[in-house]
Amino acid sequence: MRVELDEPKCVASGQCVMAAPEVFDQRDEDGIAFVLDEKPPADLLDDVREAVAICPAAAIRLVDR
Amino acid sequence: MADTLTGSAPDAAAPVPEFPMARAAGCPFDPPPALQARQDEGRLVKVRLWDGSTPWLVTRYEDQRALLLDPRVSADITSPGYPLQAPNNGKNNISFILMDDPEHARLRRMVTAPFAVKKVEALRPGVQRIVDDLIDDMLAAGGPLDLVEAFALPVPSLVICQLLGVPYADHYFFQENSKTLIKRDAAMEDRTAAHGRLIGYLDDLMGRKMTEPGDDLLSGLVARVEAGELTRQDAAQMGVLLLLAGHETTANMIALGTLALLENPDQLALLRDSDDPRLVASAVEELLRYLNIVHGGRRRAALEDIEIAGEVIRAGEGMIMPNDIANRDPDAFPDPDRLDITRDARRHVAFGFGVHQCLGQPLARMELQVVYSTLYRRIPTLRLAAEVDSLPFKHDGSVYGVYSLPVTW
Ligand code: HEM
Ligand code: SF4
Repeated sequence: MRVELDEPKCVASGQCVMAAPEVFDQRDEDGIAFVLDEKPPADLLDDVREAVAICPAAAIRLVDR
Repeated sequence: MADTLTGSAPDAAAPVPEFPMARAAGCPFDPPPALQARQDEGRLVKVRLWDGSTPWLVTRYEDQRALLLDPRVSADITSPGYPLQAPNNGKNNISFILMDDPEHARLRRMVTAPFAVKKVEALRPGVQRIVDDLIDDMLAAGGPLDLVEAFALPVPSLVICQLLGVPYADHYFFQENSKTLIKRDAAMEDRTAAHGRLIGYLDDLMGRKMTEPGDDLLSGLVARVEAGELTRQDAAQMGVLLLLAGHETTANMIALGTLALLENPDQLALLRDSDDPRLVASAVEELLRYLNIVHGGRRRAALEDIEIAGEVIRAGEGMIMPNDIANRDPDAFPDPDRLDITRDARRHVAFGFGVHQCLGQPLARMELQVVYSTLYRRIPTLRLAAEVDSLPFKHDGSVYGVYSLPVTW
Protein backbone atom coordinates (compact mmCIF):
# COMPACT_ATOMS: atom_id res chain seq x y z
CA MET A 1 0.00 0.00 0.00
CA ARG A 2 1.30 3.43 -0.95
CA VAL A 3 0.41 6.81 0.56
CA GLU A 4 -0.31 9.65 -1.86
CA LEU A 5 -0.70 13.25 -0.85
CA ASP A 6 -2.20 15.86 -3.14
CA GLU A 7 -0.19 18.80 -1.87
CA PRO A 8 -2.10 21.70 -3.51
CA LYS A 9 -5.24 20.52 -1.73
CA CYS A 10 -3.64 20.49 1.73
CA VAL A 11 -4.88 23.18 4.14
CA ALA A 12 -2.28 22.49 6.85
CA SER A 13 -4.80 21.26 9.40
CA GLY A 14 -2.25 18.92 10.96
CA GLN A 15 -4.85 16.14 11.31
CA CYS A 16 -2.67 13.60 9.48
CA VAL A 17 0.33 14.33 11.69
CA MET A 18 -1.81 13.75 14.76
CA ALA A 19 -3.29 10.52 13.39
CA ALA A 20 -0.08 9.03 11.96
CA PRO A 21 3.01 10.92 13.13
CA GLU A 22 5.35 8.24 11.75
CA VAL A 23 3.95 8.72 8.26
CA PHE A 24 3.23 12.46 7.92
CA ASP A 25 4.94 15.69 8.83
CA GLN A 26 4.44 19.37 8.01
CA ARG A 27 6.80 21.73 6.19
CA ASP A 28 8.48 24.31 8.37
CA GLU A 29 7.72 27.27 6.11
CA ASP A 30 3.95 26.85 5.71
CA GLY A 31 2.70 23.79 7.60
CA ILE A 32 1.75 21.97 4.38
CA ALA A 33 1.94 18.22 4.87
CA PHE A 34 4.38 15.80 3.29
CA VAL A 35 4.79 12.04 3.45
CA LEU A 36 7.64 10.69 5.56
CA ASP A 37 7.07 7.06 4.70
CA GLU A 38 5.37 6.34 1.38
CA LYS A 39 5.14 2.61 2.06
CA PRO A 40 4.32 2.38 5.73
CA PRO A 41 4.52 -1.00 7.47
CA ALA A 42 1.27 -2.88 8.00
CA ASP A 43 0.97 -1.95 11.67
CA LEU A 44 0.70 1.74 10.74
CA LEU A 45 -1.97 1.31 8.09
CA ASP A 46 -4.86 1.81 10.49
CA ASP A 47 -3.41 5.16 11.52
CA VAL A 48 -3.03 6.10 7.86
CA ARG A 49 -6.65 5.12 7.19
CA GLU A 50 -7.70 7.36 10.07
CA ALA A 51 -5.67 10.19 8.51
CA VAL A 52 -7.44 9.60 5.18
CA ALA A 53 -10.79 9.78 6.96
CA ILE A 54 -10.15 12.94 8.94
CA CYS A 55 -8.16 14.95 6.41
CA PRO A 56 -10.53 17.91 5.94
CA ALA A 57 -9.36 18.50 2.37
CA ALA A 58 -9.51 14.89 1.09
CA ALA A 59 -5.87 15.29 0.15
CA ILE A 60 -4.64 11.83 1.21
CA ARG A 61 -5.12 8.51 -0.54
CA LEU A 62 -3.97 5.02 0.26
CA VAL A 63 -3.51 3.13 -3.01
CA ASP A 64 -2.81 -0.49 -3.80
CA ARG A 65 0.64 -1.16 -5.21
CA MET B 1 -29.18 41.28 1.79
CA ALA B 2 -29.70 37.57 1.18
CA ASP B 3 -32.01 36.49 -1.60
CA THR B 4 -35.27 35.15 -0.32
CA LEU B 5 -35.60 31.55 -1.33
CA THR B 6 -39.22 30.92 -0.49
CA GLY B 7 -39.98 29.87 -4.07
CA SER B 8 -38.23 26.55 -3.70
CA ALA B 9 -39.79 25.45 -0.40
CA PRO B 10 -40.87 21.84 -0.93
CA ASP B 11 -44.38 22.26 0.43
CA ALA B 12 -45.68 25.79 0.65
CA ALA B 13 -48.45 24.69 3.03
CA ALA B 14 -46.19 23.21 5.72
CA PRO B 15 -44.75 25.92 7.93
CA VAL B 16 -41.00 26.20 7.59
CA PRO B 17 -39.39 26.09 11.05
CA GLU B 18 -37.44 29.08 12.25
CA PHE B 19 -33.67 28.82 12.69
CA PRO B 20 -31.86 29.05 15.08
CA MET B 21 -33.93 27.04 17.53
CA ALA B 22 -33.87 27.21 21.33
CA ARG B 23 -32.21 24.65 23.56
CA ALA B 24 -34.39 22.86 26.09
CA ALA B 25 -34.29 24.15 29.66
CA GLY B 26 -32.24 21.81 31.81
CA CYS B 27 -30.33 20.37 28.82
CA PRO B 28 -27.51 22.88 28.34
CA PHE B 29 -25.24 20.44 26.48
CA ASP B 30 -27.72 19.10 23.95
CA PRO B 31 -28.68 20.63 20.62
CA PRO B 32 -32.13 22.24 20.50
CA PRO B 33 -34.74 19.43 20.39
CA ALA B 34 -36.49 21.02 17.41
CA LEU B 35 -33.18 21.03 15.54
CA GLN B 36 -32.35 17.45 16.46
CA ALA B 37 -35.85 16.42 15.33
CA ARG B 38 -35.15 17.69 11.80
CA GLN B 39 -32.57 14.91 11.46
CA ASP B 40 -35.35 12.31 11.53
CA GLU B 41 -37.38 14.34 9.08
CA GLY B 42 -34.90 14.17 6.23
CA ARG B 43 -31.37 14.73 5.06
CA LEU B 44 -32.18 18.11 3.59
CA VAL B 45 -34.97 20.26 5.01
CA LYS B 46 -35.78 23.95 4.78
CA VAL B 47 -35.56 26.43 7.64
CA ARG B 48 -36.49 30.09 7.87
CA LEU B 49 -34.02 32.75 8.97
CA TRP B 50 -34.53 36.16 10.58
CA ASP B 51 -34.67 37.82 7.14
CA GLY B 52 -37.33 35.47 5.78
CA SER B 53 -34.95 33.50 3.59
CA THR B 54 -35.31 29.71 3.62
CA PRO B 55 -31.97 27.97 3.16
CA TRP B 56 -31.43 24.22 3.34
CA LEU B 57 -30.60 22.63 6.65
CA VAL B 58 -28.21 19.74 6.08
CA THR B 59 -28.97 17.32 8.89
CA ARG B 60 -26.59 14.37 8.47
CA TYR B 61 -22.91 14.07 9.25
CA GLU B 62 -21.90 12.50 5.92
CA ASP B 63 -23.80 15.07 3.82
CA GLN B 64 -22.33 17.97 5.79
CA ARG B 65 -18.82 16.62 5.24
CA ALA B 66 -19.44 16.09 1.52
CA LEU B 67 -20.80 19.60 1.03
CA LEU B 68 -18.14 21.33 3.12
CA LEU B 69 -15.56 19.65 0.90
CA ASP B 70 -17.27 20.58 -2.36
CA PRO B 71 -15.65 23.45 -4.35
CA ARG B 72 -19.09 24.42 -5.69
CA VAL B 73 -20.00 25.39 -2.13
CA SER B 74 -19.05 28.95 -1.23
CA ALA B 75 -18.17 30.44 2.17
CA ASP B 76 -18.15 33.94 0.70
CA ILE B 77 -20.64 36.03 2.60
CA THR B 78 -21.38 38.03 -0.58
CA SER B 79 -22.34 34.98 -2.68
CA PRO B 80 -26.03 35.04 -3.70
CA GLY B 81 -28.10 33.04 -1.24
CA TYR B 82 -25.54 33.06 1.56
CA PRO B 83 -27.55 32.54 4.78
CA LEU B 84 -26.70 35.57 6.86
CA GLN B 85 -26.53 35.24 10.61
CA ALA B 86 -27.45 38.89 11.11
CA PRO B 87 -27.79 42.00 8.94
CA ASN B 88 -24.58 42.61 7.04
CA ASN B 89 -23.42 45.98 5.79
CA GLY B 90 -20.26 44.60 4.23
CA LYS B 91 -18.08 46.39 6.76
CA ASN B 92 -17.61 43.72 9.41
CA ASN B 93 -15.98 41.01 7.36
CA ILE B 94 -13.08 39.27 8.95
CA SER B 95 -10.58 37.98 6.47
CA PHE B 96 -10.31 34.58 4.86
CA ILE B 97 -12.88 32.71 6.95
CA LEU B 98 -15.48 34.35 4.67
CA MET B 99 -13.62 33.96 1.38
CA ASP B 100 -13.30 31.28 -1.26
CA ASP B 101 -10.21 29.79 -2.85
CA PRO B 102 -7.89 30.79 -4.40
CA GLU B 103 -7.79 34.01 -2.31
CA HIS B 104 -8.71 32.10 0.87
CA ALA B 105 -5.85 29.64 0.34
CA ARG B 106 -3.38 32.39 -0.48
CA LEU B 107 -4.12 34.26 2.73
CA ARG B 108 -4.51 31.19 4.95
CA ARG B 109 -1.13 29.82 3.87
CA MET B 110 0.52 33.00 5.11
CA VAL B 111 -0.36 32.09 8.70
CA THR B 112 -0.40 28.29 8.77
CA ALA B 113 3.25 27.76 9.73
CA PRO B 114 3.06 28.59 13.46
CA PHE B 115 0.01 26.32 13.90
CA ALA B 116 1.77 23.19 12.63
CA VAL B 117 1.47 20.33 15.11
CA LYS B 118 5.14 20.17 16.08
CA LYS B 119 5.51 23.95 16.46
CA VAL B 120 2.48 23.97 18.70
CA GLU B 121 3.89 21.07 20.69
CA ALA B 122 6.96 23.20 21.44
CA LEU B 123 4.68 25.70 23.18
CA ARG B 124 3.30 23.09 25.59
CA PRO B 125 5.70 23.79 28.50
CA GLY B 126 4.89 27.50 28.34
CA VAL B 127 1.16 26.77 28.35
CA GLN B 128 1.61 24.40 31.30
CA ARG B 129 3.30 27.25 33.19
CA ILE B 130 0.48 29.66 32.39
CA VAL B 131 -2.09 27.11 33.58
CA ASP B 132 -0.17 26.32 36.77
CA ASP B 133 0.32 30.00 37.61
CA LEU B 134 -3.37 30.75 37.17
CA ILE B 135 -4.30 27.80 39.39
CA ASP B 136 -1.81 29.04 42.01
CA ASP B 137 -3.57 32.40 41.94
CA MET B 138 -6.98 30.77 42.27
CA LEU B 139 -5.87 28.68 45.23
CA ALA B 140 -4.34 31.73 46.87
CA ALA B 141 -7.52 33.78 46.35
CA GLY B 142 -9.79 31.00 47.59
CA GLY B 143 -13.30 30.10 46.38
CA PRO B 144 -15.93 30.80 45.41
CA LEU B 145 -14.82 32.55 42.25
CA ASP B 146 -15.80 32.82 38.61
CA LEU B 147 -13.85 30.22 36.66
CA VAL B 148 -14.43 32.08 33.38
CA GLU B 149 -12.76 35.26 34.57
CA ALA B 150 -10.08 33.64 36.73
CA PHE B 151 -9.05 30.87 34.39
CA ALA B 152 -11.01 29.94 31.26
CA LEU B 153 -10.56 33.27 29.46
CA PRO B 154 -7.01 34.14 30.64
CA VAL B 155 -5.48 30.82 29.46
CA PRO B 156 -6.23 31.16 25.73
CA SER B 157 -5.89 34.96 25.84
CA LEU B 158 -2.38 34.79 27.27
CA VAL B 159 -1.41 32.11 24.77
CA ILE B 160 -2.76 33.84 21.65
CA CYS B 161 -1.30 37.19 22.77
CA GLN B 162 2.14 35.62 23.03
CA LEU B 163 1.82 33.92 19.66
CA LEU B 164 0.56 37.01 17.84
CA GLY B 165 2.64 39.55 19.72
CA VAL B 166 -0.32 41.42 21.22
CA PRO B 167 0.19 43.00 24.67
CA TYR B 168 -1.94 41.06 27.17
CA ALA B 169 -2.41 44.30 29.09
CA ASP B 170 -4.94 45.26 26.39
CA HIS B 171 -7.05 42.15 26.96
CA TYR B 172 -10.04 43.99 28.40
CA PHE B 173 -10.25 46.12 25.27
CA PHE B 174 -10.19 43.29 22.75
CA GLN B 175 -12.29 40.88 24.80
CA GLU B 176 -15.08 43.44 25.16
CA ASN B 177 -15.04 44.27 21.47
CA SER B 178 -14.94 40.66 20.34
CA LYS B 179 -17.88 39.90 22.64
CA THR B 180 -19.92 42.51 20.75
CA LEU B 181 -18.75 41.26 17.38
CA ILE B 182 -19.88 37.67 17.97
CA LYS B 183 -23.14 38.50 19.70
CA ARG B 184 -25.97 37.44 17.45
CA ASP B 185 -28.40 40.10 18.56
CA ALA B 186 -26.00 43.05 18.81
CA ALA B 187 -27.13 46.01 16.70
CA MET B 188 -25.33 46.25 13.38
CA GLU B 189 -23.95 49.71 14.24
CA ASP B 190 -22.49 48.33 17.47
CA ARG B 191 -20.85 45.45 15.67
CA THR B 192 -19.47 47.75 13.00
CA ALA B 193 -18.08 50.07 15.67
CA ALA B 194 -16.47 47.18 17.58
CA HIS B 195 -15.03 45.82 14.36
CA GLY B 196 -13.64 49.25 13.47
CA ARG B 197 -11.99 49.60 16.88
CA LEU B 198 -10.36 46.18 16.57
CA ILE B 199 -9.10 46.90 13.04
CA GLY B 200 -7.75 50.25 14.22
CA TYR B 201 -6.04 48.61 17.18
CA LEU B 202 -4.39 45.90 15.08
CA ASP B 203 -3.36 48.37 12.38
CA ASP B 204 -1.76 50.57 15.00
CA LEU B 205 0.04 47.66 16.63
CA MET B 206 1.36 46.46 13.27
CA GLY B 207 2.49 49.97 12.48
CA ARG B 208 4.65 49.86 15.60
CA LYS B 209 5.99 46.45 14.60
CA MET B 210 7.27 47.97 11.36
CA THR B 211 9.91 49.83 13.32
CA GLU B 212 10.28 47.30 16.13
CA PRO B 213 9.62 43.84 14.73
CA GLY B 214 9.41 40.97 17.21
CA ASP B 215 9.53 37.21 16.90
CA ASP B 216 5.78 36.85 16.57
CA LEU B 217 3.05 36.15 14.03
CA LEU B 218 1.99 39.77 13.52
CA SER B 219 5.58 40.81 12.81
CA GLY B 220 5.61 38.08 10.16
CA LEU B 221 2.51 39.64 8.58
CA VAL B 222 4.12 43.08 8.74
CA ALA B 223 7.09 41.71 6.80
CA ARG B 224 4.66 40.47 4.13
CA VAL B 225 3.04 43.90 3.94
CA GLU B 226 6.48 45.41 3.42
CA ALA B 227 7.24 42.83 0.75
CA GLY B 228 4.04 43.84 -1.08
CA GLU B 229 2.35 40.43 -0.64
CA LEU B 230 -0.42 41.74 1.56
CA THR B 231 -2.24 45.03 1.98
CA ARG B 232 -2.24 46.67 5.39
CA GLN B 233 -6.00 46.33 5.55
CA ASP B 234 -5.83 42.58 4.84
CA ALA B 235 -3.13 42.18 7.47
CA ALA B 236 -5.19 43.97 10.12
CA GLN B 237 -8.25 41.86 9.26
CA MET B 238 -6.23 38.68 9.60
CA GLY B 239 -4.96 39.89 12.95
CA VAL B 240 -8.53 40.45 14.13
CA LEU B 241 -9.59 36.99 12.92
CA LEU B 242 -6.73 35.27 14.75
CA LEU B 243 -7.16 37.25 17.94
CA LEU B 244 -10.91 36.61 18.03
CA ALA B 245 -10.94 32.99 16.95
CA GLY B 246 -8.06 32.24 19.27
CA HIS B 247 -9.62 32.98 22.63
CA GLU B 248 -13.44 33.00 22.81
CA THR B 249 -13.67 29.47 21.44
CA THR B 250 -11.07 27.82 23.64
CA ALA B 251 -12.28 29.73 26.71
CA ASN B 252 -15.78 28.36 26.25
CA MET B 253 -14.47 24.83 25.82
CA ILE B 254 -12.67 25.20 29.15
CA ALA B 255 -15.66 26.56 31.08
CA LEU B 256 -18.42 24.51 29.47
CA GLY B 257 -16.16 21.44 29.43
CA THR B 258 -15.59 21.81 33.15
CA LEU B 259 -19.33 22.09 33.72
CA ALA B 260 -19.98 19.00 31.60
CA LEU B 261 -17.41 17.03 33.57
CA LEU B 262 -18.78 18.21 36.91
CA GLU B 263 -22.21 17.05 35.74
CA ASN B 264 -20.74 13.68 34.70
CA PRO B 265 -18.70 12.76 37.80
CA ASP B 266 -17.84 9.26 36.55
CA GLN B 267 -16.19 10.77 33.47
CA LEU B 268 -14.43 13.39 35.57
CA ALA B 269 -13.08 10.70 37.91
CA LEU B 270 -11.84 8.66 34.96
CA LEU B 271 -9.98 11.66 33.59
CA ARG B 272 -8.59 12.81 36.93
CA ASP B 273 -7.35 9.38 37.99
CA SER B 274 -5.53 8.57 34.77
CA ASP B 275 -2.15 9.83 33.71
CA ASP B 276 -2.40 8.43 30.21
CA PRO B 277 -1.97 11.33 27.77
CA ARG B 278 -3.98 9.32 25.24
CA LEU B 279 -7.02 9.36 27.50
CA VAL B 280 -6.61 13.11 27.99
CA ALA B 281 -6.39 13.61 24.21
CA SER B 282 -9.44 11.41 23.77
CA ALA B 283 -11.38 13.40 26.38
CA VAL B 284 -10.61 16.60 24.46
CA GLU B 285 -11.98 15.13 21.21
CA GLU B 286 -15.07 13.79 22.96
CA LEU B 287 -15.82 17.09 24.67
CA LEU B 288 -15.40 18.91 21.35
CA ARG B 289 -17.85 16.44 19.76
CA TYR B 290 -20.29 16.63 22.64
CA LEU B 291 -20.32 20.38 23.31
CA ASN B 292 -20.15 21.95 19.83
CA ILE B 293 -19.51 25.43 21.08
CA VAL B 294 -19.40 26.99 17.58
CA HIS B 295 -23.11 26.24 17.34
CA GLY B 296 -24.47 28.63 14.69
CA GLY B 297 -23.81 26.10 11.95
CA ARG B 298 -21.41 26.41 9.03
CA ARG B 299 -23.05 28.70 6.50
CA ARG B 300 -22.55 28.32 2.79
CA ALA B 301 -24.11 29.08 -0.62
CA ALA B 302 -24.25 26.90 -3.74
CA LEU B 303 -22.37 28.34 -6.72
CA GLU B 304 -23.76 25.67 -9.06
CA ASP B 305 -26.58 23.11 -8.90
CA ILE B 306 -25.53 20.30 -6.58
CA GLU B 307 -27.23 16.92 -6.44
CA ILE B 308 -27.22 15.39 -3.01
CA ALA B 309 -29.49 13.30 -0.82
CA GLY B 310 -32.02 12.88 -3.63
CA GLU B 311 -32.47 16.65 -3.97
CA VAL B 312 -30.89 19.38 -6.03
CA ILE B 313 -29.51 22.34 -4.21
CA ARG B 314 -29.79 25.08 -6.82
CA ALA B 315 -27.12 27.63 -7.56
CA GLY B 316 -27.84 30.65 -5.39
CA GLU B 317 -29.43 28.67 -2.57
CA GLY B 318 -28.06 28.74 0.95
CA MET B 319 -27.11 25.89 3.27
CA ILE B 320 -26.71 25.66 7.00
CA MET B 321 -24.69 22.81 8.46
CA PRO B 322 -24.91 22.69 12.24
CA ASN B 323 -22.08 20.64 13.69
CA ASP B 324 -24.08 20.02 16.85
CA ILE B 325 -26.48 17.64 15.09
CA ALA B 326 -23.76 16.21 12.82
CA ASN B 327 -21.78 15.27 15.91
CA ARG B 328 -24.89 13.68 17.42
CA ASP B 329 -25.72 11.73 14.26
CA PRO B 330 -26.21 8.11 15.37
CA ASP B 331 -24.88 6.87 12.02
CA ALA B 332 -21.55 8.53 12.77
CA PHE B 333 -21.36 8.14 16.56
CA PRO B 334 -23.18 5.30 18.31
CA ASP B 335 -25.14 6.35 21.40
CA PRO B 336 -24.38 9.96 20.45
CA ASP B 337 -25.95 11.72 23.43
CA ARG B 338 -23.68 10.01 25.90
CA LEU B 339 -20.49 11.73 27.01
CA ASP B 340 -17.88 8.97 26.90
CA ILE B 341 -14.28 10.14 27.04
CA THR B 342 -13.03 6.68 26.08
CA ARG B 343 -14.73 6.65 22.68
CA ASP B 344 -12.80 7.47 19.51
CA ALA B 345 -14.36 10.82 18.60
CA ARG B 346 -11.61 12.07 16.30
CA ARG B 347 -13.89 12.22 13.26
CA HIS B 348 -16.09 14.93 14.79
CA VAL B 349 -16.76 18.13 12.88
CA ALA B 350 -16.50 20.53 15.84
CA PHE B 351 -13.66 22.29 13.98
CA GLY B 352 -15.63 22.25 10.74
CA PHE B 353 -14.59 20.35 7.61
CA GLY B 354 -13.22 21.22 4.18
CA VAL B 355 -10.76 23.97 3.37
CA HIS B 356 -12.00 26.22 6.18
CA GLN B 357 -11.44 23.65 8.91
CA CYS B 358 -10.10 25.39 11.97
CA LEU B 359 -6.60 26.73 11.50
CA GLY B 360 -5.96 26.89 15.24
CA GLN B 361 -7.02 23.32 16.04
CA PRO B 362 -3.59 21.99 17.03
CA LEU B 363 -3.22 24.92 19.42
CA ALA B 364 -6.76 24.56 20.82
CA ARG B 365 -6.23 20.84 21.35
CA MET B 366 -2.91 21.32 23.12
CA GLU B 367 -4.32 24.04 25.41
CA LEU B 368 -7.32 21.89 26.28
CA GLN B 369 -5.13 18.85 26.93
CA VAL B 370 -3.01 20.86 29.36
CA VAL B 371 -6.07 22.30 31.08
CA TYR B 372 -8.07 19.08 31.37
CA SER B 373 -5.04 17.16 32.67
CA THR B 374 -4.13 19.80 35.25
CA LEU B 375 -7.13 21.67 36.67
CA TYR B 376 -9.08 18.74 38.14
CA ARG B 377 -5.97 17.11 39.56
CA ARG B 378 -4.69 20.21 41.24
CA ILE B 379 -8.16 21.06 42.58
CA PRO B 380 -9.70 17.60 43.06
CA THR B 381 -12.61 18.92 45.10
CA LEU B 382 -13.61 21.51 42.48
CA ARG B 383 -17.40 21.93 42.45
CA LEU B 384 -20.10 24.28 41.26
CA ALA B 385 -21.03 27.14 43.58
CA ALA B 386 -24.40 27.75 41.88
CA GLU B 387 -27.35 25.79 40.54
CA VAL B 388 -26.84 24.66 36.95
CA ASP B 389 -30.22 26.10 35.97
CA SER B 390 -29.21 29.53 37.24
CA LEU B 391 -26.08 29.76 35.07
CA PRO B 392 -26.01 32.39 32.31
CA PHE B 393 -25.65 30.33 29.15
CA LYS B 394 -24.57 32.07 25.94
CA HIS B 395 -27.68 31.44 23.89
CA ASP B 396 -27.20 34.75 22.12
CA GLY B 397 -23.72 34.33 20.70
CA SER B 398 -22.24 32.55 17.72
CA VAL B 399 -20.01 30.81 20.28
CA TYR B 400 -21.91 28.86 22.94
CA GLY B 401 -20.80 28.56 26.54
CA VAL B 402 -21.35 30.24 29.89
CA TYR B 403 -20.81 33.91 30.69
CA SER B 404 -19.69 32.96 34.19
CA LEU B 405 -19.14 29.75 36.13
CA PRO B 406 -19.06 30.14 39.92
CA VAL B 407 -16.92 27.39 41.43
CA THR B 408 -15.46 26.56 44.79
CA TRP B 409 -13.50 23.69 46.36
C1 HEM C 1 -11.78 24.75 20.82
C2 HEM C 1 -11.56 25.83 20.19
C3 HEM C 1 -11.98 26.12 18.77
C4 HEM C 1 -13.09 25.71 18.07
C5 HEM C 1 -14.22 24.81 18.54
C6 HEM C 1 -12.98 26.29 16.74
C7 HEM C 1 -13.90 26.08 15.72
C8 HEM C 1 -13.74 26.51 14.42
C9 HEM C 1 -14.65 26.20 13.34
C10 HEM C 1 -15.92 25.38 13.45
C11 HEM C 1 -14.16 26.78 12.20
C12 HEM C 1 -14.74 26.66 10.78
C13 HEM C 1 -15.54 27.81 10.32
C14 HEM C 1 -16.18 27.55 8.97
O1 HEM C 1 -15.97 26.51 8.34
O2 HEM C 1 -16.95 28.40 8.53
C15 HEM C 1 -12.96 27.48 12.58
C16 HEM C 1 -12.18 28.23 11.72
C17 HEM C 1 -11.08 28.96 12.14
N1 HEM C 1 -10.48 28.95 13.38
FE1 HEM C 1 -11.09 27.91 14.99
N2 HEM C 1 -11.82 27.02 16.67
C18 HEM C 1 -11.18 26.95 17.88
C19 HEM C 1 -9.99 27.52 18.23
C20 HEM C 1 -9.23 28.31 17.40
C21 HEM C 1 -7.96 28.88 17.77
C22 HEM C 1 -7.22 28.70 19.08
C23 HEM C 1 -7.55 29.63 16.71
C24 HEM C 1 -6.26 30.38 16.67
C25 HEM C 1 -6.02 31.46 16.10
C26 HEM C 1 -8.57 29.50 15.65
C27 HEM C 1 -8.54 30.09 14.40
C28 HEM C 1 -9.42 29.82 13.36
C29 HEM C 1 -9.30 30.41 12.04
C30 HEM C 1 -8.27 31.41 11.58
C31 HEM C 1 -10.35 29.88 11.27
C32 HEM C 1 -10.67 30.16 9.80
C33 HEM C 1 -10.08 29.12 8.93
C34 HEM C 1 -10.40 29.27 7.47
O3 HEM C 1 -11.39 29.91 7.10
O4 HEM C 1 -9.61 28.78 6.63
N3 HEM C 1 -9.57 28.68 16.12
N4 HEM C 1 -12.71 27.30 13.93
S1 SF4 D 1 -4.82 16.24 7.20
FE1 SF4 D 1 -4.96 16.82 5.06
S2 SF4 D 1 -5.18 19.04 5.07
FE2 SF4 D 1 -4.49 18.45 7.10
S3 SF4 D 1 -2.26 18.66 7.03
FE3 SF4 D 1 -2.73 16.53 6.51
S4 SF4 D 1 -2.91 16.52 4.29
FE4 SF4 D 1 -3.00 18.65 4.90
